[in-house]
Amino acid sequence: MTEEIAGDQKVMGRFRVNGDEHHVAYAPHKTLLEVLREDLDLPGTKHGCELGECGACAVLVDGVPTLSCLLLGLEATEREVLTVEGLADDARLHPLQAAFADLGGSQCGYCTPGVLVTAKALLDETPKPTREQIQEALAGNLCRCTGYLQIFEAVEAAAEECAP
Amino acid sequence: MMRVPQFRYLAPKSVGEAAKILRGEVPSAQLFAGGTDLIPNMKRGQQVPKTLVGLRGLHALREVHADGGLSLGAGLSLSSVAGEGRIPLAQRALIMAAGKVATPQIRNMGTLGGNLCLDTRCNYYNQNYEWREAIGFCKKAPDGVAIQEVTHGTCWVAPSSPRCWAVNSSDSAPALIALGAEISLVSADGERRIPLAELYHHDGMAFLSKRPDELLTQVHLPAVDASWRSTYWKLRRRGSFDFPVVSVGAAVSLDAGGVVQAARVVIGAVTSAPVVLDASALVGAPLTDEAIAAFADAAVKPARPLDNTDFHLSWRKRVVREYVAGALRELRGDTADQLGLLARSAARILPLAACS
Ligand SMILES: Cc1cc2nc3c(=O)[nH]c(=O)nc-3n(C[C@H](O)[C@H](O)[C@H](O)COP(=O)(O)OP(=O)(O)OC[C@H]3O[C@@H](n4cnc5c(N)ncnc54)[C@H](O)[C@@H]3O)c2cc1C
Ligand code: SF4
Ligand code: FES
Ligand code: FES
Repeated sequence: MTEEIAGDQKVMGRFRVNGDEHHVAYAPHKTLLEVLREDLDLPGTKHGCELGECGACAVLVDGVPTLSCLLLGLEATEREVLTVEGLADDARLHPLQAAFADLGGSQCGYCTPGVLVTAKALLDETPKPTREQIQEALAGNLCRCTGYLQIFEAVEAAAEECAP
Repeated sequence: MMRVPQFRYLAPKSVGEAAKILRGEVPSAQLFAGGTDLIPNMKRGQQVPKTLVGLRGLHALREVHADGGLSLGAGLSLSSVAGEGRIPLAQRALIMAAGKVATPQIRNMGTLGGNLCLDTRCNYYNQNYEWREAIGFCKKAPDGVAIQEVTHGTCWVAPSSPRCWAVNSSDSAPALIALGAEISLVSADGERRIPLAELYHHDGMAFLSKRPDELLTQVHLPAVDASWRSTYWKLRRRGSFDFPVVSVGAAVSLDAGGVVQAARVVIGAVTSAPVVLDASALVGAPLTDEAIAAFADAAVKPARPLDNTDFHLSWRKRVVREYVAGALRELRGDTADQLGLLARSAARILPLAACS
């Protein structure tokens, strides 16, 4: 049977983010980006263009790099979402985060959450990526500060760290 | 935040249910696949559907069947299409086109069906509501919005024109038409199958011939023998993100001596529909420099780009010629070095490893 969600009132949804389950009321016309930042108090994911044109809002949905500004919240319920807040293991930074900090892969930091999760998906699938594979994987993430070189080098360093 | 206007959301569990909903609710209902075209358009008030019919639950639309040729479900993501190992080398134009849409994240979300039904684009239309209001809404104004004061009328690109010239910017359409693809359309009345080329109209507003209550369910690639080869060239400002502003999908069948037995050449992103060139002049002779030059010269006229996308119009016209010639030279076997710089950026990603 067809499921129906009316547009004009808040609905309850079960979101699985960074391993935690949240049962929240949210407006069904919100994007996942809006739900994360406004209803789940997870502002690590950034809003840039809000139109799919920058990659700042990237998160992993079931492990797949996805733009949260273009995904409706109601299509993200009951799926596994990973945001930048879920990368570190308590106080221990993820090797990607450590490498970005050490090698200048992050300057103003606005693009960084989207870059980090997208790079994580790459390393999960391709532990030893070539420079070209890194460039291709991050081709949807704009960065105004670093000139990209430090980002590519940081991903390479993290790959070394993850799979020596 | 730019908010998506409110809508009612329906999630049918089968193609039949979806077709039934559409029959009852068109025109206020619209199909919703990956949303990578619709969500930005809804945020800018270009399209304001009251009801979204979500296709995510229709697993049948994500299946691939080998049935002589290959049938691809319209709900497959562009990433899956670009990585589909069963697409033969002869039909790699589709892999190249799907692999060059937008960005990796958008290809993970956007679907093949959504790409074929993509709204047409124009510099005067893909702007936010206030921008369009400020210069005066053009013909392609939103229907559902309360803008009674709008004077639907002037096309800012061709003011004396009776029609809208917004551009069909789908990457997969010209590639698939060059490959001779067909599509299945399903409505409450049943299913019909048409050549993909017949899906498109030369009108920026009524750009699809399919009825609004029809779902595109499958794309059918014909069976091909090893005499076929194909390619897809795309012009855009950056090597990622950007829509095509000229593209060429080309497929030829060559005999052992290099004589053309059949050819299909399609130009995308210049006008409101993909432009299918008459390739009969190429048949029966080898792809010599002279034959290619004559064909590419003749391609400029039917292509007729207008000045409503990125890049200067006169340059896009020149590129039409260069890209048609370049694609055909690639198909006759010229190497990347012989093809030069223009070619390397046009057909940069050649994921041959993905082909069987
Ligand atoms: C920054 C950015 C860059 C982009 N660059 C490109 C590019 O370079 N090349 C390109 O081709 N596209 C590009 N796109 C557009 C879009 O991402 C793709 O065309 C994508 O494939 C659309 O698919 P979708 O599933 O997301 O479509 P949706 O947004 O879900 O739908 C698009 C349209 O198709 C209709 N539709 C969807 N599925 C069906 C179906 N099965 N049957 C009938 N109608 C259907 C919908 O009703 C809607 O009108 C870009 C988008 C963005 C935001
Ligand atoms: S071609 Fe003309 S009518 Fe069509 S979207 Fe552009 S300005 Fe509007
Ligand atoms: S905020 Fe989502 S892509 Fe820019
Ligand atoms: S670090 Fe500033 S945008 Fe990338």
